[in-house]
Amino acid sequence: MASPSDARSDSVGLQRFGLGFALGQSAEIRTAPRDRLLAEIDRGMPPQPAGVPFSGAAEIGSALYAFEDRERIEREARRVGETKVAAAAPAPVAGQNQMAQPKPVNEPALPYKTYRGEVLARVRLALEAETGFGERLVQFWSNHFCIGATKSNMTRIMAGAYEREAIRPHVFGRFEDMLVAAESHPAMLDFLDNRLSIGPRSPVGKRRGRGLNENLAREILELHTLGVSGGYSQIDVTNLARIITGWTVVGREAVLGFPGSFAFNAGLHEPGAPPLLGRHYGEAGKAQGLAAFRELSRHPATADFIAMKLVRHFVADEPPPALMTEISAVFRRTEGDLAAVSRALIESNAAWRAEPTKIRSPQEFLLAAFRALGRKPDFGQINGPLNAMGQPFWQPSGPNGYPDSNDAWASAEGVKTRIDVAAGWGRQAAGSVPDPRALTEDILGPLLSPETRQSVARADSKPQALALMLMSPEFQRR
Amino acid sequence: MVDDDDDCERMTPSRRAILGAAGALFAWSFVPKFAYAAAGSRDPRFLLVVLRGALDGLSAVPPIGDPDYAALRDDIALMKDGPDAALPLDGFFYLHPAMPNLARLYASGQASVVHAAATGYRERSHFDGQDVLESGQAGPGKTESGWLNRLIANLPPGEGISQRGVLGVGVAPPLVARGEAPVLGWAPPRMARAGSDLIQRLGDLYGQRDPGLARALSQAVTTEGIARRSGMSGEAKGGGGPDSADGMKRIAEGAAALVGADDGPRIAALAFEGWDTHANEGGAKGRLAQLLGGLDGALASFEQGLKPVWKDTVVMVVTEFGRTARVNGTVGTDHGTGTVAFLVGGAVKGGRMIVDWPGLKPEQLYEKRDLKPTTDIRAVAKGVVSELFGLSGPVLAEKVFPGSGGIGPMAGLVG
Repeated sequence: MASPSDARSDSVGLQRFGLGFALGQSAEIRTAPRDRLLAEIDRGMPPQPAGVPFSGAAEIGSALYAFEDRERIEREARRVGETKVAAAAPAPVAGQNQMAQPKPVNEPALPYKTYRGEVLARVRLALEAETGFGERLVQFWSNHFCIGATKSNMTRIMAGAYEREAIRPHVFGRFEDMLVAAESHPAMLDFLDNRLSIGPRSPVGKRRGRGLNENLAREILELHTLGVSGGYSQIDVTNLARIITGWTVVGREAVLGFPGSFAFNAGLHEPGAPPLLGRHYGEAGKAQGLAAFRELSRHPATADFIAMKLVRHFVADEPPPALMTEISAVFRRTEGDLAAVSRALIESNAAWRAEPTKIRSPQEFLLAAFRALGRKPDFGQINGPLNAMGQPFWQPSGPNGYPDSNDAWASAEGVKTRIDVAAGWGRQAAGSVPDPRALTEDILGPLLSPETRQSVARADSKPQALALMLMSPEFQRR
Repeated sequence: MVDDDDDCERMTPSRRAILGAAGALFAWSFVPKFAYAAAGSRDPRFLLVVLRGALDGLSAVPPIGDPDYAALRDDIALMKDGPDAALPLDGFFYLHPAMPNLARLYASGQASVVHAAATGYRERSHFDGQDVLESGQAGPGKTESGWLNRLIANLPPGEGISQRGVLGVGVAPPLVARGEAPVLGWAPPRMARAGSDLIQRLGDLYGQRDPGLARALSQAVTTEGIARRSGMSGEAKGGGGPDSADGMKRIAEGAAALVGADDGPRIAALAFEGWDTHANEGGAKGRLAQLLGGLDGALASFEQGLKPVWKDTVVMVVTEFGRTARVNGTVGTDHGTGTVAFLVGGAVKGGRMIVDWPGLKPEQLYEKRDLKPTTDIRAVAKGVVSELFGLSGPVLAEKVFPGSGGIGPMAGLVG
């Protein structure tokens, strides 16, 4: 029999590591929540979203290029006053028939339409999840290795596929595999410009007089592996940029593979074995980058950096040092086995019993609220509030991803905007949920304070009662 | 809270802290308009604009007179003649053609350009660079508070400016505005606003249960009151983000309305994004040109929105560092060091280039790749705020920009 304080920390634990209680779920989910989370790790990879517009990046690439070609032709046609656009369009290629149809009025362009479908499928999965731990880890890693959908058509159309292909399969797998999958994904190669980077002494570099772009290399060291104080220099940045020259995206001519898929182009690759962190990599071609990534993924600075970010994300803005040390040690010992790392986090009493101080991020808040209210939102009902609160899917303002602190999310304007959003959700859900007092007891369970209970009970309307529950400190902090 | 007009003169630090306490949550609506400064003295306004992503100073303010400029810049070099000619500043430096408003302000003595400037940070991480720029610390890793917030916290007790707090624009306020002193928040509205009864009930609940949320909410309510009294409708929704010309304009208009209000904050921080031009940066036209056009439009919005107090206003535009002097392999520029900063406003002693030009020959570049910084941004910031707000050298060197004792405030920036 759990003591009241155990029951409370179990409920905090579920909110800390999961997505909150869903309408109609509460009684059962509160039994042995820690065992549930551990069982989720044992089951392995979280499910993939269903019903997405395209299966993967390779399929998306062809569609994107066809879309861009069509756009260009339409633009040119407009410029010369040509009205019969259809006549100028290329003959439809098999499998791209939908591209040859005229675009219906008010239909968003293909990249945005695809993004919309990906967001919807992604959110549906999170609303259906039992605890939501796997989905939280997908969010965490997706933000760690973030891309930004606003950069280009390619990052917009591939944002969801990137998460499905590079992140989700590895959240209970190996860090090294996730690192390679992320850095070799066309969305990342486009987002941080490596697809354009050319070794100055490569065959193409010598012929065209073009050269390096060190954007991706720098962020790999600074944001994806070692961390900014991980002990690398400008030389290491430039040399890693040399090592990963040739990691690029197949163009529309499909010379090296499916259009829009990853390819290693030897013609762009800088010859030689420039030192990275004092070590030379003699491997040829793509293997040189893979060897460098293996080394980076096993570097102690990487283990410390990942441990710090995980503990900061799940436990506290000021991560407890002992817990970081513990998680880093597991990362090192297992060479980045993320199932073992996740297990260590859940099993740690320090992580499980810490007071709930972190404010839910806007995405967590939205998912928790829709779970609590039993909502099945459409795209606008997801994207509008997330935009207003500053965290739409896959479009942070820079490659460091969305912030992860109360300073950022519990700001004056942030809290005020949340209240506006919660007021809207209260109005929308008032007709479909049971008595708000009963709902509040169900959703917050042992977390519910007398003050919040009283505040909800004294609300002047059902929408207001729901907004008060959603904005209560117990719902906001985890 | 007692609210007689004289009382602000006797404000103690503990009284100022009241603004954040739950008990004061709804007191704003009863606060009469304070007189901020004695008659005859200046009632200054200071707005800090952070350009996130590292502005290419050599494109924003090209040194076309430097014989090495054109070759380094290759495809993206700007010209002093021709259809998209850069705008003349002093015959050696020019301004990007997308910035006609700034050129006009410069010509009329209301804008100065600082060139070859940087903070003390010499690595090339955006995020550490922004932290250093905004925290005002000598190095990265200390991000508990920003220098504008500490500036306010260290104004003499009883100063009306400190009591009004610092405005941090955005759903997440910029680090430079965060800290112990009151932070007012505002962002261009995107949602229908919640009713005041709900706000009041949550204010009560937070007051009983959650001091952090109580403080945030009370500050938001304060700003909203100012916004309403200054006639901002709060109805226009949607629009572009802070990396679009439209978004920059909306942000600038909002900040100007709040800072220009009689009872508004005197100090504000805002951020524009998207300056990380690694590839296809463009020259007179293109990606950077669009962003610079957005910034130029925002400067015009400040001038317009702050018209009655423009003569007492300084807008300072800064970025975390510059970009490589040489164009990179993808017709863009990678992370560099020295760059530009702008001082704009009626209070600026303008029409001047503030620069100790290091030159662009390989051996003159920092690490043979970046524009060498010869002016510390902190000297400029210290010069401006000491003249505007009368902070002493030791306070600036110890509290606002810790460890900057060796970097004196630059004199004569404000007229």
